[in-house]
Amino acid sequence: MSEPIVSSARSRPEAIQAIPLRHPWRWIAAVLVLALAAAALYTFAAAPGLDWRVVGQYLFFPQVLHGVLVTLELTAIAMAIGVALGALLAVMRLSPNPVVSTVSWFYIWFFRGTPVLVQLFFWYNLALILPHLSIGIPFTHIEWIGTTNQIISPFLAAILGLGLNEAAYMSEVVRAGIISVEQGQTEAAQALGMTRMRVMRRIVLPQAMRVILPPTGNETISMLKTSSLAYITTVNELFYVTTQISNANFSIVELLIVASIWYLAMTSLLTFGQYYLERYFARGASRQLPPTPLQRFRRLLFHFHDPPPVGPFEPLATSASHHDDRVM
Amino acid sequence: MATPMVLAEGVHKSFGRLEVLRGINLAVAPREVLCIVGPSGSGKSTFLRCINHLEKIDAGRLSVDGELVGYRQHGDKIYELPDREVCRKRAEIGMVFQRFNLFPHMTSLQNIMEAPMRVKGEPQKEVEQRGRALLARVGLADKVDVYPNQLSGGQQQRVAIARALAMQPKLMLFDEPTSALDPELVGDVLDVMRGLAQDGMTMVVVTHEMGFAREVGDSLVFMDGGVIVESGNPRDVLANPQHERTRSFLSKVL
Ligand SMILES: Nc1ncnc2c1ncn2[C@@H]1O[C@H](COP(=O)(O)OP(=O)(O)OP(=O)(O)O)[C@@H](O)[C@H]1O
Ligand SMILES: [Mg+2]
Repeated sequence: MSEPIVSSARSRPEAIQAIPLRHPWRWIAAVLVLALAAAALYTFAAAPGLDWRVVGQYLFFPQVLHGVLVTLELTAIAMAIGVALGALLAVMRLSPNPVVSTVSWFYIWFFRGTPVLVQLFFWYNLALILPHLSIGIPFTHIEWIGTTNQIISPFLAAILGLGLNEAAYMSEVVRAGIISVEQGQTEAAQALGMTRMRVMRRIVLPQAMRVILPPTGNETISMLKTSSLAYITTVNELFYVTTQISNANFSIVELLIVASIWYLAMTSLLTFGQYYLERYFARGASRQLPPTPLQRFRRLLFHFHDPPPVGPFEPLATSASHHDDRVM
Repeated sequence: MATPMVLAEGVHKSFGRLEVLRGINLAVAPREVLCIVGPSGSGKSTFLRCINHLEKIDAGRLSVDGELVGYRQHGDKIYELPDREVCRKRAEIGMVFQRFNLFPHMTSLQNIMEAPMRVKGEPQKEVEQRGRALLARVGLADKVDVYPNQLSGGQQQRVAIARALAMQPKLMLFDEPTSALDPELVGDVLDVMRGLAQDGMTMVVVTHEMGFAREVGDSLVFMDGGVIVESGNPRDVLANPQHERTRSFLSKVL
């Protein structure tokens, strides 16, 4: 009873220096998994019908590089339309005006309920039902007319198909974000004299971003891949270009690999960008920002045996941190 | 008598079929501190929210500084005010909430500067100076660039008070500003409010802090079931309640 168990602040007890527990099964499992993966990889890599030189030859082919560019362009523009129109649809959906919210509901119902491929084909074939398009101001003689085939180029058909469809999905993402912001925030902002618009722009949306951003990142990555469906509109995106090439030289799988390498490179880049964007919008939401991928990597190298960070390091209890872990 | 800062005459408010306010009559003079007490669900918050038109009243008259809240009278007709006008009037009334409601994506100073700059369009330099001075006044000069989640509840509430004061309001509404706080943090917030009262701010305070009501309040009303049951000088009402309902309520909270 003479030795106090809880020592005073002055005499800090010695740090525990225990011999770490061994985990033999972890090592066995790791080796087994690695061996299986290596075997699978080797089977494909050394497949007799696969000519890696063709892959190397076409990887930086000018047409392929241009295809990569078009894919990025398609993704960027379609997502821009998706986010902008989606935000509008979300605000409409939450409008107190029943007509406005119903219109939004129908839009989402229609565009989510039909396959993108069908929608893309529809825009591509618009000329069949509407040979001419005209935009005019009613009761005046001001009017622009053009044949549909002139106006709706393959690129525009792809943009419309992908963008309008995406808006339906994005509107649900944005709506979930808006709803996630506490009602008290709106009240406090209104009590300060802010108009509805300003409350939305300055207070609600910035906070909604934390909820909106992770799924938007997923949507963007998904869009990058979905944009390959636009090959049916004969737009020169990556997948269309590689299929065209393989149609000519019959190196089908080699060119699929070329396309895959590029898609992987692009999605990896996006994941990286998404991470930093989420960090930015997490400010104020967590006491400590999550480590950057670089910091994580260092941790892995130099502090392998430290316990993994818990608590404050996991700021976005939403899906954010989850798929970060998956890819980083 | 000068124009009352707040004048309520027969104010009624229902949510659907639930009648929450059933004829509230009261007047708050400029520089007066009115405390509202009453059991949960008696309509205290609702009344406070009516004063800055966060809720629309159904019947009666409610005016702030001589002007109807949310409406404009022209002859014997009453017109609803456009959104912009309502906002302009809200900007003159500060409100402090039970759950602070600071904007989590902004630092203390940004929280304070947002409305003066963007609603009133005041120059940034001036607003920043005022903001820093206000933070110093509520004892948080060292928390200027800190986000709300790094502050204790009591500190958050003091930033929220500073945020409301930055708009230079003529009236401050407090809705149970200390109810969400740990007991040892309540004092700091009440001190700030006491200082405000001494500086002559007109205040309507919904509170369960009877000590504060007795000491700082100029008048006190006891609400129950959407009506004012009893009102008067806080010391008198608290020491010597006239109505049975007031007595039983006070015996529970005192
Ligand atoms: N937006 C609303 N919709 C429907 N009912 C509401 C709404 N706001 C308040 N009420 C109801 O009105 C009544 C009075 O609510 P109020 O918040 O004014 O009470 P209170 O006196 O502030 O109570 P407390 O001390 O618990 O804060 C309650 O029965 C509440 O359920
Ligand atoms: Mg209340």
